[in-house]
Amino acid sequence: MSVGQPPSDSPEIRQLTPVLGPGHTFRSVTDKISAIVLTRPTSLGWFIGFAISFSLTGLLTVAIGWLFTKGVGIWGINIPIGWGFAIVNFVWWIGIGHAGTLISAILFLLNQKWRTSINRFAEAMTLFAVACAGIFPLIHTGRPWMAYYMFPYPSTMGIWPQFRSPLIWDVFAVSTYGTVSLMFWFVGLLPDLATLRDRAIQKPAKIIYGMLAMGWRGSARHWHRYQSAYLLLAGLATPLVLSVHSVISLDFSVSIVPGWHTTIFPPYFVAGAIYSGFAMVISIAIPLRKAYGLEDYITMRHLDNMAKVMLATGLIVAYGYFFEFFLSIYSGNKFDVFLVQQRLHGPYAPFYYSLIICNILTPQLLWSYKMRHNVVVLFIMSIIVNTGMWLERFVIVVISLTRDFDPSAWGRYQPTFWDWATFIGTIGMFVMLIFLFVRVLPAISIAEMRELVAETSEEKE
Amino acid sequence: MIQHRSHIYGVMGEFETPEKLIHAVQKLREAGYRRFDAYSPFPLEGLSQAMGLKRNLVPLITLIGGLTGGIGGFGFQYWVAAITYPMNIGGRPLNSWPAFIPVTFELTILGASLAAVFGMLALNRLPQPHHPVFNVPRFSHASADRFFICIEARDPKFHLLDTARFLQGLQAHHVSEVNDD
Repeated sequence: MSVGQPPSDSPEIRQLTPVLGPGHTFRSVTDKISAIVLTRPTSLGWFIGFAISFSLTGLLTVAIGWLFTKGVGIWGINIPIGWGFAIVNFVWWIGIGHAGTLISAILFLLNQKWRTSINRFAEAMTLFAVACAGIFPLIHTGRPWMAYYMFPYPSTMGIWPQFRSPLIWDVFAVSTYGTVSLMFWFVGLLPDLATLRDRAIQKPAKIIYGMLAMGWRGSARHWHRYQSAYLLLAGLATPLVLSVHSVISLDFSVSIVPGWHTTIFPPYFVAGAIYSGFAMVISIAIPLRKAYGLEDYITMRHLDNMAKVMLATGLIVAYGYFFEFFLSIYSGNKFDVFLVQQRLHGPYAPFYYSLIICNILTPQLLWSYKMRHNVVVLFIMSIIVNTGMWLERFVIVVISLTRDFDPSAWGRYQPTFWDWATFIGTIGMFVMLIFLFVRVLPAISIAEMRELVAETSEEKE
Repeated sequence: MIQHRSHIYGVMGEFETPEKLIHAVQKLREAGYRRFDAYSPFPLEGLSQAMGLKRNLVPLITLIGGLTGGIGGFGFQYWVAAITYPMNIGGRPLNSWPAFIPVTFELTILGASLAAVFGMLALNRLPQPHHPVFNVPRFSHASADRFFICIEARDPKFHLLDTARFLQGLQAHHVSEVNDD
């Protein structure tokens, strides 16, 4: 079964680059992946990384606590710029989550084998990104303790939510997305939790994993229904993921604000979401495979494929930028034309140019095979793309709101310390959750890796 | 030491490869065994057919969940917007159905997904804290790299020694009885 590794990577042998390193058996994948959780000593680097991200999460708590004490006045928002960092960050985080669902659901339906070793942590990333995203609209409401008003519940006041409002659509889209992502992740985890239960040595670990595994025993009858349910969930998550960012884009495009009121928004938002999400998966995959020696599972083939998806979605986003421009000018609507001028020459023009450099120009390097196979370049590129995508949301939210129809309603927006503290705090929370996740749950699906072992050994016969 | 004779749940055999497991399942069915189950650390292609498992109820439950979510979601929005809490916005129709589509869509997906997951768990009778197969120490390998078959004592053809020998004849290792307590 073991075949010599090709001496070096080159385009000619790319087809031969496996999605799984050679020589693996059911036992070796089980041992290696479960050992990260069960037996490997926790490294010093883990503690340092966790401590830093935990401190940043503390900063988030302080920022939110202060916000609850003083109100949204501590932020840079004003009238007319009511949507500042909170909405920028919300859209950014939700977008990042999209790659996880795309990898786990759409690539599953398309039977792409390379998804196997990256889907688990990509799904975890989705959940954590949705958790970070969910904070923002909630604290942006001003009176977050009344946020439950957005849910339809039989109140004694006899009032109900306004279902014609995109903001209520948002509530349903994001909460459905969070719930379905959690279920999809948990169903995928079920067999692995059983593995951890059976291999755990310490009693508390046995009990906790045992309860989570719910008595899974790998029965053929169970697998039979499990596979139906998993396939159906993948089929349901696929339209869902496309709908979520579309609904979020409707928050903008249903309004009549110049720069927002455009029909290209839903597909362009979805492409942007997948773009930033894949960038985030790369940002996580590269340190993860290095730290835990998972190069056999997350191979160069995975990174190469993800870079290609990034390049493709990046081009769709570039097309979106172009058409946004073209339609504004072609429409002849003077407010739309003026907005284009403001993006190019207004006070926030540097943000616009940085966004073009980050999102359109830099990723063109990914056409080169060498660049796609340079781990350091890929990592830096993924950070640049995510910065660019954040800038894109900033440009959309802030420029339109500072320059709408009437000069008397123009304004300026300047984020404050607390805006930054909240934003950086959510990044800290996200990283902290990732650290906890790789420590207590298998970051790669063990059951699916066994399937991959079975399939690759069949191919070689 | 007094031998405590506990009730026997069945006989279990261990197999090294998926192929041997599927082969054994086919032979068992040919021999007329019906009340048995196979255990594997990952879903095996062809095992469901070999076990003679037909279509399951999960897709139907999912469909019902999706329809309930969709119809219920739309109906609820209609009830809120047109009946119980009508709001006249510029004289536009109260049943402004296109505006209800996003929430209807999301609730369809939500209903179907909840039904798929909880339907699958309910049909599998999970969570189930204990099952007799866990009494066999080697069964912990069923979640790692080994494949198992357990023939239940309830099977009409079950006979402790004969069934155990039959399993051994199918290249099973570590054939052992499974106690029920």
